[in-house]
Amino acid sequence: MSRRNLLRGAAIGAGAVTLPALLSACGDGPGGNKNEVSVGSNASDPVPKKAFAAAFAAYEKKSGKKVKVNTKDHNDFQENINRYLQGTPDDVFMWFAGYRMQYFAEKGLLHEISDVWSGFTGFSDALKDQSTHAGKQYFVPYYYYPWAVFHRKSLFQKQGYQQPKTWDEFIALARKMSKDGIPVAFCDKDGWPAMGTFDYINMRLNGYDFHKSLMAGKESWTDSKVKGVFDTWRELMPYYQKGALGRTWEEAGQGLAQRKTGMAVFGMPHPGTQFKENERDDIDFFAFPEIDAQYGQDAVEAPIDGFLVAKKSKNLTGAKELLKWLGTPKAEDTYLALDPNNVAVNDGADTSKYSALQKKSAQLVSGAKQISQFMDRDTRPDFASTVMIKAIQDFIGNPKDVDGLCNSIERQKKTIFSSPVG
Amino acid sequence: MALNIPRRAGRRRLRRFTRRDVVVLGVLLGLPVLLDIVIIWGPTLASIGLSFTAWDGVGDVHWVGGDNYKNLVENYPAFWPAVRHNILWMLFLGLVATPFGLFLAVLIDRGVRFSRFYQSVIYMPVVLSLAIVGFIAQLILGTDQGVVNTILNNDENPIDWLGDSHLNLWMIMLAAGWRHVGYVMILYLAGLKSVDPQLKEAAAIDGANERQTFFRVVFPTLRPVNVIVGVITVIEALRAFDIVYAVNKGRNGLELLSVLITDNIIGEASRIGFGSAIAVVLLTVSLGFIVTFLVQELRGARDR
Repeated sequence: MSRRNLLRGAAIGAGAVTLPALLSACGDGPGGNKNEVSVGSNASDPVPKKAFAAAFAAYEKKSGKKVKVNTKDHNDFQENINRYLQGTPDDVFMWFAGYRMQYFAEKGLLHEISDVWSGFTGFSDALKDQSTHAGKQYFVPYYYYPWAVFHRKSLFQKQGYQQPKTWDEFIALARKMSKDGIPVAFCDKDGWPAMGTFDYINMRLNGYDFHKSLMAGKESWTDSKVKGVFDTWRELMPYYQKGALGRTWEEAGQGLAQRKTGMAVFGMPHPGTQFKENERDDIDFFAFPEIDAQYGQDAVEAPIDGFLVAKKSKNLTGAKELLKWLGTPKAEDTYLALDPNNVAVNDGADTSKYSALQKKSAQLVSGAKQISQFMDRDTRPDFASTVMIKAIQDFIGNPKDVDGLCNSIERQKKTIFSSPVG
Repeated sequence: MALNIPRRAGRRRLRRFTRRDVVVLGVLLGLPVLLDIVIIWGPTLASIGLSFTAWDGVGDVHWVGGDNYKNLVENYPAFWPAVRHNILWMLFLGLVATPFGLFLAVLIDRGVRFSRFYQSVIYMPVVLSLAIVGFIAQLILGTDQGVVNTILNNDENPIDWLGDSHLNLWMIMLAAGWRHVGYVMILYLAGLKSVDPQLKEAAAIDGANERQTFFRVVFPTLRPVNVIVGVITVIEALRAFDIVYAVNKGRNGLELLSVLITDNIIGEASRIGFGSAIAVVLLTVSLGFIVTFLVQELRGARDR
C-alpha cells in the first residue's frame, strides 16, 4: 500500500467526521411551522418574564397562532447578540431603541419593517425617530422607563427632607443625609449604573445636544465641558455610601428599600423590583436637579425596549403579524398589568390602572423636551463597553485625576471611532 | 545471508497491509492530525492573522498592520494591569499556594492526628469549578451582605473587599489558592506514598536529619510529581478567568489578559482584530513558559 492510499484513507476518514457537521451547519432548510413564531427574549428576570408570557398568551388566543419564547439570561443575550443575529436567530427578538438598534441595522442584520409601522397609531414622532435608521423603521417600541432620583416617601417625611430642584439644593440634601447616617446610594460593580449619573450631569451642565454629539464621537473628551461634568460629579462623591465598586444595583436597591440609604439615581425598574410588593407605593422620585438654568430639566433619560426582526428570520409573515399586534395599546396594557415598573409608549394605552409612580413617570417623559436613551445605548457599543465602563470605574476609585482620565478616554475614542466599520 | 532473510521478510510483512488496515490506520492517524490542524493550529494562525486587522465580526476585514499592537501598548489602560496581574497570579500560585500544598502533604503524610479528616477537608474545594469559588468569595466578601463584613459589623465604613482595586486581586487569589492548595496536596500525597521508605531509612542511617532527608532525598525522587504540579500551576494561573469573571467581569483591579480578550471579542460590538492582538500576547506568554519548561524537561531526561 502506498503512501498516497494512506493519505486518501485519512482524508476519507476525516471527511466522514466533518462532513455531517458541515452539512448540518448549512442546513437552515426551508420548512418551519408557519403557524409558529419564535421570539428571542432577554427578559430573564421573573417579573418581566411573567408579564411577557401573559402578553404572548393574549396574542395566541387572539390569532390562533403559536408563540415560542426562547428566554436567555439578560446579560448573556446582550453579549452574544452579534453572533445570535448572524447564526440562527428567532423570528422576533427583544432589543433596545436608538443607536444600539441603528448599529445592527447599519450592518444589515435587521429586517426593515416600515410596512408594519405604516399601520401604527399612537406613537409620537420622537418614538418613530428612535425606531428609524436611514429613513426606514426597524423597531417596535413597547415600553420605557425613566431615570430619575428615587427615594422612599416615608423616609423623606420622617426626616423632613424636601425634593430638591437645583444642584445646590441636591448637594445640601446629600450632605444632610450623609450626616444623618443614611448616605446617597451608589453602585457600579456591574459597570453601567453610574453611567446614568454621568449622562444627567452632562445634559444638565452642557445640554442635550452636546451630550448627543459627545456620545457620537464628535466632541473631544478633553474639552473643559467634559471635565466640568467630572468636577461637578465629584462634589457629590463624599456623600455617597462607601464601596460602590463592590456593590451591584440589586444590592443598592435593597439598601434603599431597607432605609440604609436615602436616595439613588436609578431607572424605574431598579428600585421597583427590589422593593417588597406592599412597599412599592412608598417609592417616589424627583427629576434630576437643574445645574444650568439654560438647560433646566429639559432632557429625560428614558430607555425604550421593544421588538425587532432579524434579517435571517425564517417566518417573516408571522413575525410581522406579531409585531403589528405588539404595536397596539392593548398589547402594552396586557404586559404592564403584570409589570408596574415600566410605562407604555403608545398614547392609546390604558393609563387608568397606572400606579402613582407610573403616572408620574409618564408625565415626566411627556413633559421632556429631549429624550436620551442611556450612555451604552447612545454611543457605539464597543466604546461604551471597552472604554467607558473602565473609565467611570477608575473615576469612582480615584476621582482626583480628571485630566489623565479625559486624555485616556479621548485617545481610546480616537482609535475606536476611526476604526473602519463594515 | 542468514541475517538478511528475517529482515527482508520483516519488511515485506510491514508493507503487506490490507486495505482495511490502511483505512483504519489512516483514520486513526489522520483524524488527530486533522483535528489538531482544524481546532488548534487553524484558530492560532487565524488569531495571528486577525491581529493585524480591524474587523467587527460582520462586515469586511480591514488590514491595519501593527496598529492594534501599538494601540494596545500605548492607549489601552487595562493592558498593563492585566499583564501585571497575570504575572502576579503565576507567582502567587507558584511561590505561595503550591509550596503550601506540598507542606500540607508532608504534614499529612507524616501522619498527624486526624490526617484523614484534614485530607478530605482540604481536598474538598477541588471539586468546585473556579466560577463557583468566585460566587462563594462574593458571599463571604461582599460589601453590604458578605459574611466577613457582617461579622466585623462595620456598617458605617464597610471594607470593600471585592471593589477596592488594591485589595480585590489578593482576595481573589486567596480564594483561587484555597482550591489550588488541595489539588497540589493530593498530587504530592500520592507521590510521597510511592517514595521507597528504605531511602529514608538509609538517609537516617547516614545521619541525615529530617529536613535534609526531605530536601536531599525525598524531594528529588518526587521529580515526576514536581513536573506535573509545575504544569498544573502554570495552567491554573493562565486560565484564571472564570473566577474573576464571576466576581466582577474582570474589571476594576481584576483585569487579566484572558478577560480583555473576551471583552473585546465577545459582546455586542466586537473588536475582533484588537482582541486577537491581545490573544497573541497571551499566546506568546504561554509559549514562553511552555518552551522553557519543555527545554528543561528534555534536558533533564537526557541527563538521566
